[in-house]
Formats: sequence, C-alpha cells, structure tokens
Amino acid sequence: MNRSIILSSVFHLFIIILTAMSLPFLSKKAVDLPPIVSVELIQITEKTNIPFAPKAKKIIEKVKEKEKKLVSEQAPPKKVKKKKPDAVPMPEDNIKKVEKVKDDTQNPEKVDNEIKQVSEFEKEELFDPNNIAALIDKSKEETALEVNKTDQVTQDQTKNFDNTGLTLSEEDALKAQIFGCWSIPLGLPYNENLLVRIKLELKPDGSVSKSEILDHARMNRPGQGFYKVLAESALRAVKLCQPLRVPTTGYERWKELQLNFDAREMLEG
Amino acid sequence: MKNIKFILSTLLIILLTTVKSFSLIEVDITRGNLNPLPVAVSPLSIDVKSKKSFENLLKKKDIGEEISLIVENNLRTSGLFNPLNKDAFLQAPDIANLKPRFEDWNLIKAQALITGKVTNIEDKLRVEFRLWDVLAGKEMMALAFTTVPTNWRRVGHIISDKVYERLTGEKGYFDTRIIYVAEEGPKTNRIKKLAIMDQDGENNKFLTLGNELVLTPRFNPTSQMVTYLSYFRNLPRVYLLDIETGMQEVVGDFPGMTFAPRFSPDGKKIIMSFAKDGNSDIYTMDLENRIVEKITNHPSIDTSPSYSPDGKFICFNSDRSGYQQIYVMNSDGTNVKRISFGNGIYGTPVWSPRGDLIAFTKLHKGQFYIGVMRTDGTGERLLTENFYQEAPSWSPNGRVLIFYRETKTDDKGEGFSAKLWSIDLTGYNERLVKTPTDGSDPSWSSLLSD
Repeated sequence: MNRSIILSSVFHLFIIILTAMSLPFLSKKAVDLPPIVSVELIQITEKTNIPFAPKAKKIIEKVKEKEKKLVSEQAPPKKVKKKKPDAVPMPEDNIKKVEKVKDDTQNPEKVDNEIKQVSEFEKEELFDPNNIAALIDKSKEETALEVNKTDQVTQDQTKNFDNTGLTLSEEDALKAQIFGCWSIPLGLPYNENLLVRIKLELKPDGSVSKSEILDHARMNRPGQGFYKVLAESALRAVKLCQPLRVPTTGYERWKELQLNFDAREMLEG
Repeated sequence: MKNIKFILSTLLIILLTTVKSFSLIEVDITRGNLNPLPVAVSPLSIDVKSKKSFENLLKKKDIGEEISLIVENNLRTSGLFNPLNKDAFLQAPDIANLKPRFEDWNLIKAQALITGKVTNIEDKLRVEFRLWDVLAGKEMMALAFTTVPTNWRRVGHIISDKVYERLTGEKGYFDTRIIYVAEEGPKTNRIKKLAIMDQDGENNKFLTLGNELVLTPRFNPTSQMVTYLSYFRNLPRVYLLDIETGMQEVVGDFPGMTFAPRFSPDGKKIIMSFAKDGNSDIYTMDLENRIVEKITNHPSIDTSPSYSPDGKFICFNSDRSGYQQIYVMNSDGTNVKRISFGNGIYGTPVWSPRGDLIAFTKLHKGQFYIGVMRTDGTGERLLTENFYQEAPSWSPNGRVLIFYRETKTDDKGEGFSAKLWSIDLTGYNERLVKTPTDGSDPSWSSLLSD
C-alpha cells in the first residue's frame, strides 16, 4: 500500500516538474505578454528582410486595378469618357522617360536594371485579365514556395516562435548589425561548402566573452585555405560588431549564441 | 525497491531530455558588406646605413616607403581594400614591425596592418614583411625576400600578392605584366609597336620598332612567351617571342585573313582562325611538329577561338546562325553549341582562367559593351558600355579584365585616342591603365613568381 502511494506521489511529482519545465509560460516570468508580441509582428512586416510574398502583393494590386477598370467599362458610355482614361497610359509614359534617362548613362549596374525592366514588361504583357482567379491561386502557391525557400535557408526560422529563441525582430536586429560588420572575402569559391559556425558566450551588455569556431580543426587542414580565410573574416565581424545588438531582457536565453556564416548567396551574385 | 530505482532513473532521463530541448540559439548570417577592407600599410622601416646605400644605388630617398607605396597602390586599385591615410598612423614603423599596439590601429578602424623592414645585406635587398589581424590581435603572415636591389618594384608586387591571397582567399595578380600594341600618330597613319609593361603601367618597354603592323599579342599561360600577328610584305605571319631572351621565331605564313593566334592552356599549341579557299575556320598548330589541324568545318565565318583552362573546350564566335554569336565546342571540334542568345552581336569570347566565366564584347544599338556570362550562356552581365571598346583579356586570377577603348574623332578628324582600361567583375571598379602612348589589344601575363 505504502509502496503504491510512494510510486504514485513520485509519478505525480514528476509530471508536475515536467509540466513546469516544458511549458514556458510556467517557467518564465510573465514578461512577454501578448500585446507586446502583436506589436512586434507589425514591425516584422515593415522591417524584416524575409520576402513578404511580393509577387502575390503585386498581382493582387494589379487585379484590383483591373477590377476597377472592368467596373468602369460596364458603366454607360458617357461615364466611360469621364473615367479619365489618360490615367492608364500615364505610367507607360513615365517608364519611357525613365528608360531614356537610363540610355544616356554608362553605369553598367543601371544597364542590368534596364534589362530586368524589359523582362518585367514582357511579364506584364503575358498578364491575362480574364484569368484573375488562376493568378491569385498561383500567387498563393508562390507565397507558399517563398516560405518554404526561406525555411531552407534559415534553419532556425521555426525556432523563432519558441520562447527559447529570439523573436524575428530581435534576430533581424542582430543580423542587420553583423551584415554591416562582415566584409566578405570576395575571392572565395561559391560552389564549395563554406559554412563557418561560431559559438559565442555573451555578457549581459552584448559584448563577447568567448568565441569558438566549431569546426576549428578544419582551419588547419591542408587544402582548406578558403575556409580559414572565411572563418577569420567571420571572427573579425564578431569582434568589430561587439557589443552585439541583443535583447535587453532574457539574458539566460541568449547568453550563448551560435552564428552560422554562409557567404555562398553573396558570392554567387 | 529495484523497480522504484528503475522508474526513478527512467523519469530522470526523460526529465533531462526535456531540459535539453532548451537548445542553443542559432542565427544564420547569409549577407555581408562588399566595402573595401580598411588596411593600414605602414612604411617599411629601414636603418640609416641601408637607407644611404640604397639611395646611392637606386636614386630613391627612402626605399622602404617606396615599396610600401607600391603595396598601397596595388591594394587600392584592386577595389577590395581601402588603404588608410598614413597621417593617421600613431605608431612608428620600426616599433610597429616589432609589436604593433593593436589598440592604436583599431582606433583608426584598420582591420589589417602591414609592417616590414628593409636591410642591405652584402649589397642585396632584404625585405621582410608581416601581416597582422588588428581585431584578433595576431600575426597572420610573415615572409622575407632577398633579391638584387633593382628588383625592388617586384618585391612590392609580390608582397601585394601575398597579402591579397591571405585576405581574400584567391591568388593575386600584381606581379604580372601586360603586353599590348602601342599606337602613335594620326588615325589614318598609325604606327603600331609591340610594348610590354608591369600591370601598374611602370617599366614600359617597346619590343618592335614600328616598321610593320603588329596585332593581337597573346601571352602563353605557362611561360613568358608571346605569340602575335604581324604583316610581312602584306602577308599575315604568326610570330613567337620570348620576353626574357628577346628571341623571335616565325611560326608560319598563313593564307588570307588570319586572326588572333592564342596559346592552348599547356602552351604546346596555337589556336587561330584563317581563311582557306575563301572560308574562315578555326585551326590549331602544334608548336613542336608544326602540324596544322582543322577544328571547325562550316561554311560560315568562325573566328576568335579561346580554350577553357582545362583544354577540354573551345569558345569562339561564328555567324552560322545569321549574325555573330558565341559558341562552345569540344576541343576536337565536336558538339558545337550556341551559348549567346541576347540582342546584338557578340564577339571576342575569352575563357576565364578560373574556368567559370566567358568574357566577351557585345555590340547593341551602336554601343559596345564588355560583359561576362557563364560557360553555358546563362547569367549574362554587362560590365561597361562605351562608344567603342573591345578585346577583353583576363587577369591570371580571373577577377579583372583589361580591354581597350577608343574615343570618337571630332569634325576636324582630331581627338581620336585608344586607351587601355581595366574593370573588375563587380563592374564598379573601372580604371584607366597608365601607358606612355595610346594602346590597344592588351594581354595579361600569368604570375611571374609562380
């Protein structure tokens, strides 16, 4: 009898401890309240670099414009005259003017833009107003694809929604700071696996008390000169950036951080 | 009791696993800046005795400072480094070379520091230099060179190459030379001479007298040998010239219009185009046995061949599609594929020494462009646009292109000029290359110190 009671008590105690440890709202002090979270989400859409389905947004805007036009076309002929049709060719005129300005310049970067613009015009021509529904559906698919892509690139994305990680805006602030400090060695090959992982131990003010390259042995291996150059540049970036732009609260969360430096996207151009 | 222990230990393991789930936060850094890296090039220190001896020998007041200026200039022209103003330096060169006070260099925002020392040892120039990581506070590299004093400029270039390689991960291109056609006189009566100079425009020398027309000099990728085309009694003749010895050799006389001889990557063959029976095709000539082999056999005009660095492929231009485009084929002439599909006419394709890109000249709506594309024709990027420019040639590390650009003549028939220009792959770092006369058809050598 006693044994059963002990067993039952131990088990119940375990369940209580497990619940306390697993459910963060019990373990954490009630600092991150829902209203703050909602404000952060608004900031994310304004500031984050993660694409917010721009194609879908454009297409929806175009659809809205076309819908307006369709409504006006259904109106009586007199009203059609009054609907300011001049407003339609206006943007094209503007674009032509922009094109002319670009023709005069000799900046190669602008030449690239010009080419990109030409291809966008081609896309516009392919737009079929009779197939709006299909386009909206496609845009949804594209949005989903975008999300999948970003998931692949930033492995820690899902973790941002855990209370254990940084929020997106906190992460964006940190990323933006390090982007500015990291001078990428441009001579590195973009088609090799050059991922440098650095583990940091941080002080509450964001300064680095210890930095450690996780694949340190690779730096001194023969034929890994590129890796060494990249690792050194990453370490320089961390040192140049400190104190890091970390959240003002929750030191326990971020006192240890791992930064994964991957320059392939930039080097590939 | 055993059961209790078992249950408790199992529960403990589960508990620890749960705690473990509070894992390390990871942040992916996938972007950085492409700003030039701030670097401090401290003048190389030199003792009084050595300074005086080199002053007498080389007519240079402070050879240490002269060498550091070469390094500074090279790093600046690369566009990847920003050498800081020497007036801001707080530490004296001799002390900095022994042990830099990193706080001082950090204060002026230097991320890398170059220090060094010059000495005269038995009338030889001994230069040692050190590269320091200012932020990490450690030495990254230390090397010393001993050479004849007249080689002081090359020492500066070699130091630049070593620093460039250590900080960017790819080989440098400073200890190299450029051969080109030096031009003088009015447009209708140009005197063209073969000339060679260091990549920074110094040490210019003329290799021919200008009696005969010279065209398209090209360096052998493996040695200091040059092939070029010259007209002898109005017949095109392909020459080989050894830069070191000055020895010149005729490879052969070729019929009709002959164009742009160029070496194979191993330097054992020359590839060129010439017109036989009224049709221009691509041929190779083995330099050992002088056997000529026909590579393309097509009624169209095939010209400007260039090997890939592994020698397995050849890019060239041809008008077989109706107007001039770039094609790639196997080195035996099989499997010909068109790779350029943009608007305009494409010409002078040159395969990058890194093997990943092909540089070309493009003519579109009356403007000339120098651009690059991947070897399958994708990713076309136009780097520079002008009234007339052509003939790109790669630096040995495949990062910079040198080409020539002509200016328009005015109504009086004056104002014409042809100058050498360089541009890097970003398209932003465009520079005029200093030459004593007008110049065209440049070709970049491989690294002299390799």
